[in-house]
Amino acid sequence: MTISAEPRHLDARYDVLVVGAGPAGMAAAIGAREMGADSVLLVDRERDPGGILLQCIHSGFGLHAFKEEITGPEYAERFFEQVLDHEVDVLTDAFVMDVTAERRVKLMSPSVGVTTVDAGAVVLAMGARERTRGAIHIPGDRPSGVMTAGLAQKMVNLEGYLPGRRAVILGSGDIGLIMARRLTLEGVEVVGVFELLAHPSGLGRNIVQCLEDFDIPLHLSTTVVGIHGRDRLERLTVAPVDDQRQPLMDRAWDVDCDTLLLSIGLIPDAELARDLGARMDPLTGGPMVSSTMETSLPGVFAAGNVVHVNDLADWVSQEARVAGEAAGALSTGRMRPLEDIRLLPGDNVGYVVPHTISSDHTQTVSFRVRKPIYGDTQLRLGEVHRRKLKAAVPAEMITIKVGPHLLEGFTGDALRVDAVPFDAEADAPSDAVGGER
Amino acid sequence: MLDPESTAVEGLITMSVPVVHDVIIIGGGVVGVTLARTLSRFELDVVLLERDAEVGFGVSKANSGIIHSGIHADPDTVKGRLEWPGNVGWLRLRDDLGFGLAQVGELLVALAEDELATVEALHAQGRRKGVPGLEPYRQDQVRRAQPNLTREVIAGLWAPTAGVVNPYEAVLLIADNAARNGVQVVTSEPVVGIDPPVVDEPDAPIRVRTPGRTWHGRYVVNAAGLYADEIAAMAGVASFTIHGRKGEEYLLDKRLAGLVTSIIFPCPTETSKGTLVTPTYDGTIMVGPTAEATDDKDDTTTTPEGAAQVFAAARRLVPGISPRDVIAEFAGVRAVAHTEDFIIGPTDRPGFVNAAGIQSPGLTAAPAIAELLLDVLSDEGLALHEKDAWQPRSEHPVRFAQLSTEEQAELAVREPRYAQLVCRCELVTEAEILDAIDRGARTLDGLKFRTRIGMGRCQGGFCTWHCMQLLAERQQVDLPAVTKRGAGSWLVCERDDAGARPTAALGG
Repeated sequence: MTISAEPRHLDARYDVLVVGAGPAGMAAAIGAREMGADSVLLVDRERDPGGILLQCIHSGFGLHAFKEEITGPEYAERFFEQVLDHEVDVLTDAFVMDVTAERRVKLMSPSVGVTTVDAGAVVLAMGARERTRGAIHIPGDRPSGVMTAGLAQKMVNLEGYLPGRRAVILGSGDIGLIMARRLTLEGVEVVGVFELLAHPSGLGRNIVQCLEDFDIPLHLSTTVVGIHGRDRLERLTVAPVDDQRQPLMDRAWDVDCDTLLLSIGLIPDAELARDLGARMDPLTGGPMVSSTMETSLPGVFAAGNVVHVNDLADWVSQEARVAGEAAGALSTGRMRPLEDIRLLPGDNVGYVVPHTISSDHTQTVSFRVRKPIYGDTQLRLGEVHRRKLKAAVPAEMITIKVGPHLLEGFTGDALRVDAVPFDAEADAPSDAVGGER
Repeated sequence: MLDPESTAVEGLITMSVPVVHDVIIIGGGVVGVTLARTLSRFELDVVLLERDAEVGFGVSKANSGIIHSGIHADPDTVKGRLEWPGNVGWLRLRDDLGFGLAQVGELLVALAEDELATVEALHAQGRRKGVPGLEPYRQDQVRRAQPNLTREVIAGLWAPTAGVVNPYEAVLLIADNAARNGVQVVTSEPVVGIDPPVVDEPDAPIRVRTPGRTWHGRYVVNAAGLYADEIAAMAGVASFTIHGRKGEEYLLDKRLAGLVTSIIFPCPTETSKGTLVTPTYDGTIMVGPTAEATDDKDDTTTTPEGAAQVFAAARRLVPGISPRDVIAEFAGVRAVAHTEDFIIGPTDRPGFVNAAGIQSPGLTAAPAIAELLLDVLSDEGLALHEKDAWQPRSEHPVRFAQLSTEEQAELAVREPRYAQLVCRCELVTEAEILDAIDRGARTLDGLKFRTRIGMGRCQGGFCTWHCMQLLAERQQVDLPAVTKRGAGSWLVCERDDAGARPTAALGG
């Protein structure tokens, strides 16, 4: 991929500055230009734009954005072609060090040094980072060979090296499942996947295509309780857990391996938003946002995994386009929609994004359930909307479209989102029009 | 590992007359490197031999990082005599070398009436040793000073001279300065044997064997930490045994910064100063250590029992602490002599000097240990002539993240690699990494302790590969040769079909 639009020098001011050129940032930059922003700068800390897509060489991308199944690098390339077509300035190898509430952006890059740029609007699209060993407190030695699944993915897919010869994967998140398959294909022995919870964390299709098709065992309600090896990892102790997630040590056993990949969840990489003083949501770890993905700081938008961890890149791009369009519109002086209704996570709902919605326009509301419901599930948006789903699992994000017609006549200031097992008598169908993905 | 000096050293072996060093220091922990720097003030040929891939990789980097106030150790012991002068010595080292050391003070607290006598006794002991600034605190003074302590505290003793230090940073910079003043620091060089004295030649140098060569020294200082008893036995002067005493430490999330602003000590017991709550130099809270006897001197595992013990003790002092906030954990093994005191001095073998059993407060005492060893060596006949050209200061490595925007911009103009990010969590640049490698970093852990890469939120998830590439490029080795901390701690291996890859065939 070549970057023909890389600016030789930076302008002192841009209408919209986008931080991060992954699936979120590229879509936001395109959206901003389409809504009339004259000058848009897209900044990324890596040498090539695309973010984590570049190491996702498996297929499964683009089913919604392009109506066909493509790989991560292909998805990135298609978006980047659009970025160039839209005459967005792109600065790679550049790190945004600081953003002020006045949207003065401090960045560093070998090509431009340490400098500041002013922006009419900023879109934060830094994505997420992986949780690490420190977050789950596993006792034992601290050898090499314990790493996040994403780092192993980079080693194998981008650099052509193997992280080890015999691997165990802790956590059934999607990156871990995909790496179980990738390592197997590369000749690494994958001993098994261990998941603390009683249900998998990754998408159902990945359980089938990455584990079952390769006879890799998945041990639910089981976790790693000891790490052994002075220099390099040599052995793990694993144990089943009770329903309080406490290990049952009398049933523990040892597994010989030289590699432990951690796929134990993602956290929004939202430090810039936090440092800026944007209001944060403790449930997502990301900033709170309006229906147009604007944070509590006027002119500072956020979208994609930096707000909440999505299950598919396609949704990330869709959400970021909304943010980019709103940032572009703001830069041309158009007014904001009125944000008059707060959304609250209710029964069995882990979080809801956005945090406020508007009765002015149609918006997408995303959330995840806390516990899986393997059967008819009732979704409720306060009293204004009900919808039945065949099932609801935490691995899969649920989205509903909420338009002005649903909110007509609603006079409250907050709506609760619930997702509970369907009760035929209590849950009479609603005639409201909506649509889940 | 490639050492730019290794070829020169190889060349010397072939000469008929071996190089005889004035002093060989065995062990590159805090005691060894501090002695090396002290000796570098004089016209001496000094070599330091370290078994690990880098200096300071033993317990010197895995401890509480506390410069003790000076009140704790009994002045009738060697360790008690050296504690307070060591504290003073650290401030001089800090002023010369610029590593992180803050005098945050310590607050010793009594939770029960029967502990008041201990507080009073330590107060008296501190006064006797000349520790300044000691002040008994009433309950209300304790509460005002540290409002997050348990309400059970009934009294305390304030000792403002206690400090916190980044021990690994300090050890590396001390070694760095010693090297700049001519000390030859050789890593991955384990001592495997010491030849017996040559009959009829009492003045012959002591011959110290490592796997690759023999080193000749007029004086040998045994600062081999946990293995000092084995080194002494090799020299034929086995007179003590060293036992491991493991200490587990737990580092808490930055969110808790400010929970306590001084080091909080419980009243000590027979064998231990107890579990402390420490505000580290970097602004996090650390709790620990445990004090568990271990037969395995390399056992640096953390354990569920250790964690339970640390948190039970820490919560007795500061109830707001929770194991949920742990972001990192580690353990170090202290080298405890059977005498429970430092063993410093000459031996029956002329020229062979011990600096062994350096348990707590060994880090604090290190500068004073070095001065004491200087006296011992001088008494043993080592001639000390001060160098005119000794450089007590060395240029402190640039910490880009701590500079002003103007300074950052100016540096980036001078060297664009200062504007090339490597670690986003701690804001470390490529130029800093390369400088650390040039100063002796050979491993990922070595880079981490020098530059803070991988110590932040992502714990290296994003920057590990970039750092491995820089280590490989700068040392001209293949990526599979890059390690976490030397020996067998490899990070990646070749694919099975790698032989077909042209890069491998070309040897990088």
